[in-house]
Formats: sequence, structure tokens, C-alpha cells
Amino acid sequence: MTTDHPAASKRSLFSFFAQYRELALIGFILLLIVVISLQSPGFLTFTNFQDILLNISILAMIALAQGMIIITRGIDLSVASTLALVAMMVSFVLKAYPETPVILIVLLGIGLGSVLGSVNGFIITVGKVPPIIATLGTLSIYRGLVFFYSNGDWVNPIDLPSGFKQLAKGMSLGLPNLVVVTIIVAIIAYVFLNYIQSGRDIYALGSNPEAAKISGIRTQQITFMVYVISGVICGLAGVMWASRYEAAQTNTALGFELQTVAAAVIGGVSMLGGIGTVPGVLLGALLLGIIQNGLTLSSISQFWQLAVQGFLILLAVISDATIQRRIKTTMTRGFAK
Amino acid sequence: MTTSEKSASAFISLSPLRRPFLSKFLHWEWFLVAVIALVVIVNSQLSPYFLDVQNLFRASSDFMEMGLMMLPMVLIILTGNVDLAVASTLGMTASFMGLLFNNGLNIWLAAGAALLLGGAAGFLNGYLISRLKVPALVITLGTYAFYRGMAYVMLGDQAARGYPASFTYIGQGTIPGTPIPFSMVLFLVMAVIFGVVLHKTAFGRYLYAIGNNQEAVIYSGISVPRVKVIIFLVSGLMSALAGLVLAARFGSTRPDIGGGLELAVITATVLGGVDINGGKGSMIGAVLALLLVGLMRFGMGLLNIQGQVQSIAIGLLLILSILLPNLPQIFRDQRSRWSRQTLMILAVAAIVVVAFVWFFSWSRVAVFALQGA
Repeated sequence: MTTDHPAASKRSLFSFFAQYRELALIGFILLLIVVISLQSPGFLTFTNFQDILLNISILAMIALAQGMIIITRGIDLSVASTLALVAMMVSFVLKAYPETPVILIVLLGIGLGSVLGSVNGFIITVGKVPPIIATLGTLSIYRGLVFFYSNGDWVNPIDLPSGFKQLAKGMSLGLPNLVVVTIIVAIIAYVFLNYIQSGRDIYALGSNPEAAKISGIRTQQITFMVYVISGVICGLAGVMWASRYEAAQTNTALGFELQTVAAAVIGGVSMLGGIGTVPGVLLGALLLGIIQNGLTLSSISQFWQLAVQGFLILLAVISDATIQRRIKTTMTRGFAK
Repeated sequence: MTTSEKSASAFISLSPLRRPFLSKFLHWEWFLVAVIALVVIVNSQLSPYFLDVQNLFRASSDFMEMGLMMLPMVLIILTGNVDLAVASTLGMTASFMGLLFNNGLNIWLAAGAALLLGGAAGFLNGYLISRLKVPALVITLGTYAFYRGMAYVMLGDQAARGYPASFTYIGQGTIPGTPIPFSMVLFLVMAVIFGVVLHKTAFGRYLYAIGNNQEAVIYSGISVPRVKVIIFLVSGLMSALAGLVLAARFGSTRPDIGGGLELAVITATVLGGVDINGGKGSMIGAVLALLLVGLMRFGMGLLNIQGQVQSIAIGLLLILSILLPNLPQIFRDQRSRWSRQTLMILAVAAIVVVAFVWFFSWSRVAVFALQGA
């Protein structure tokens, strides 16, 4: 380390570690790809990768919303329940009115999701309930509403019109529609978080809520906004889920909320707030998807899947914390000089 | 001094005065007692089976595993942390016991090994949290997946069953001559021990101190990492104990045993008045909250309300338990700007909610009419 330009070395160290995160993830993913493809020749094919992308699309979409919320120091545990409730409601509408245009169903799903998200936002901002409690509550409430709404019944593939089933699986631009939708969501999220004022405010709020407030950022509105965004994305994901799996069940996406948090955390979003990028979260979701796919293809028992996932989360957290601390010590040493 | 500094210091000096004044009249424990009384009265009117001692005792054993995990959760949340891994620790340790038992080990030795594994799992949580200085939520989210995954690795799609009667007694048996379940006695004894430790020992006071002001505790020479490791270790042990009771009650172990209980445990703890940000709460409040949740679920079960629909009421209760005490503060903050804008927002919110409820019931009726036809 050069000692004569402390400021410059600090910046380069920071930018190195900021990129290091994504680079490390990419490296790890490539390593995994090599290892898995050596074991199972079916892995490194175009169709299999299309499959992986299709499988992680919904996870990636919601993980982006989850990441945005975690950046503000919050958390949304109700994402899976929101998704399930929207999936059930749009499926009911389709069952009763199969002629409904698909675009209307998508808009309906987004609308329903935004209402559910605003309820979270309202409880958190106006009610001053900590996010973990508020969304833990709505997790049970929305899931309970799914059961109440459907009387415990499922909507089966036979009840859904074929046009709707094509929504997620139909191809455009050589990729399944669902993947295209996720890419569009990711691009919007990237632009929003990097170039739009409200998006930048999310980082400011997460880095230092007090300072953000003093500098004139409407922290309440920003907080409300991220939960509505999460609701919108979950609504969209709910429609996509119903279309992809051609069904709506009472246990749709049960336990999915913690997977979205895991993808965000592996992707480098800091639980302490203020840190996280769109490419990182996407890579986090991709890593989870490749592991899942690889374990399914390889001879390793599928029962290892969850344990490996958990181990990776721990690994990501431990390496993150170590890097963070090293940055801190370097900085204090710099200031001491 | 600038105005903002002045108002800030005024706020700081006023708020501690306001708290005890209010809390004299609004003790959370008394509020819980009142709600419990209300639930008992309403339920005994609705169903003649509610006030049956045999029934009540039998139903109570459904909540004892939750209670055993809730006791250390109170300590952990008091310090401003949280343990998401409790139910997964339960699953891993119960599966470990099942695996050892399936391979011919004596059930009590297997149970002892499960307790050791639980302690180790809790220690790992505590060690990582205090060593890495990472929020407990993150570490225990990782071990939540890891420990549950290990349960699947150990048992796969197998189940362990055929436990001897002497073992299943701890989950199914009653104290001879009475309808009181053994697990309830176990829970009450543990609750008293935890209550004494929390409210009568220096260690208990450290927990409050850490929750209120961790920096100050560090400067006063108490080893905060050691305290954290201890409470997470205890949490792992108690989760393993809860796993033994649950496996004994079911008479078998599958790797998904106790899945989802972590959120129920946290709900009961917070409902009991333990501040999720740490520093406030009592053991008696948490025990009362467990009683309240148990009575509500039991009553709704008697009315043939499905378990999943019951969780709507539990979720509402959880949110309201935090929201209602905040109301005076919210109105005080809002009074200065009861502007047209606020009213507009409220009006829009009301319209949106009404529209949602209308759509919810309309689409529901549409499909059930279709099925009826």
C-alpha cells in the first residue's frame, strides 16, 4: 500500500472491494459451472441454461425488491404471501372469466400487489411499526387470506385458459417471456437505483437515516415507496407464477421469503443498510439457481440442497464481514496518519 | 445552541418523563390479562366445550414446544438480537436423535447427543454474531437454512419412529392422577428458572443494559460477546429440548419437524411486550402472550376455523400490539399538520381498501357461484 497518497489509496481500495464482490461471485459461479459440467455433461447446454434462467426469474425479480428494502435497513417478510394471494386472486378471476385479456390480468396483479405493499408501507411509516414486525404480521395475514379466499381449494391447470399459460412460457427474442420480463424489471431497477433521484435517496436513507432527513430527503415517502415497489413486483411475480406453474395453490411459494433475502445477502446487499447493487443481487439469485440445478443433475442427493444453500449464505456473510472490517481498519489507519 | 439542538435536547429530556407516567396505567402485562379475560369470556359464550379442563390441558401441550423456545428468545430479543434458527435447530437435533435411534442407539443417549448438538448449534450462532459483529438476523438466517438442510441430510425422506413409551411420555404423558401434561410442568419449571435469571440476577440486568445501550455496557467492563454467546447457546439447548418434546409428542421424527415455528415464537415474544429493538420486556408478559395465543387458537379451532385462517387473527394481533401503543404519539406528531394533504391521503387509502375488499369478495363469490352451478 502506498502511504504518500492516503486519499487515493483509500478510494482505489474501496472501488476494488466494491467490484470485488461481483467479481468474486462471477469467479465462484464460473468455478461451479466447471465443476458441475465435469460431473454431468447435460449441464453445459443451451436448453439447460434457459431452464436455469426460467427457474430463477421470479426469485431474481423479488430479490431485487427485497434488496431495495434491505438497503433502507428494512425487510419484507411478506413477499411470498403477497405473491400467493395475488396468484390465487387472478386465477380466480380467470376461472370465472376465462376470456379476460392477459394484459388486463397482468395489470390487475400489479394493482393488487401494490395495494398489499401499501398496507405494509402504511403500517411501517404511519404506524411506526418496525418493518420486521409489520411484515411478519402481514406474512400470516396474507397467507391466511389465501386460505380464506379459496376455502383451502386450489386452482388447477384445467381451470386456466391456454392464452394465460403462454404468458410466462411463450418465447420472445429467443428467450421465455418470463426471463424477458425479469430482464426488463432488472434494467428498470438499475436505472432507478443509479440515475433517478428517489433511487439515490434509497441509498442515502439506508446509509444514515438521520443525515438523510436533515438533508431534506422525505424519508417517510421513500420508505413507503420501497414497500409499494415490493408489492408491485410481487404482484407481477404472482401472475407469472400462476402462469408458469399453471396453478394457484394455498401453499404457493411457502417459505420463499427467506430465499429472496438469501439471494440479496449473497449478492452483497448489507443488512446494515446503504449497500447493494442490482448486478450483485442478480448474481446472487443466479448462484442459488445454478446450485439447485447442479445438485438436481448430479448424483448428489437433493437433500443436500438446503444445507448447501445455508452454508453459502454463511460463507457470503462471513467473507463480507471480514472485508468490511479490513476496510475499516485501513481507513482508521489512514486517518491516524 | 441552535433551535434544532434545543428541540432535540427537549425531546430527549421529555421522553423518559413521559414513559413511566404512561406505563403506570398501561402496563403491558395488565393489558394482556384483560385481553385473555375477554378471549375466555367470548369463547365460553361461543362454545360449551371451551371451559373444559380436560380439553384445555390437552390443547395446551400443542404450545409447549413453542414456549420452550420462547423463553430464551425473550433474552435474545431483549438484547436487541433475534434468533431465526430456533425451529431449524429443533429440526436438526430431533433428526439427529432419530438417526442415532434408527441406528440402534439407546434413545436416552440419542436424546443427550441431540441436546449437545443443540448447544453446539447455538454456540456457533452466538460465536459468529459476536465475532463478526454482524446482525443476528443475518447469521441466523444462514443457519436457519443450514440447520434445516442438515436435518434433511440426516434423515432424507426417512422418518424415525418406534420410540419407547418411556420416551414418548415427555411429550404425551400426564402427571399421574391429574390431567396436567408433563410437558407443561417442564415448561413452567423452565419459565420460573428463566424468570428468576432475567429479573433477579446480575446477568439478567446485563441483558437489559445491552438492549438499552450496548456501548455503555462495553465501557463498564462487561464482556458483551460472552453474554451473547451464552444466550444463543442456551437458545440452541432449549430448541433441542423442544425438539425432544415435539418428537415424543408425535412419536416420530421427519426432517421437516417444527418448520415455521420460528415466526410463531417471535410473534409470541413480541406480543408479550418485549421490544424488538431491545431493552424492554418481561418474562411474565411473554408467558401471558403464549397463553393468549394458545387460548385464541384453541377457541377458533373449536369454532372450526382452519389453522391457516386463524393466523389472520394472530398476525393482526401482532401488528396491533405495536401499533396501538404508538397511536398517541402518531396523533401528537400529526396534530400540527392536519392539512388538506393528510386528509387526501387518508381518503385515498380508504377508497383503495374499500375497492380491494369489494374486489376480494366479488371475485370469490364469482367462482363459488360458478362451482355451485
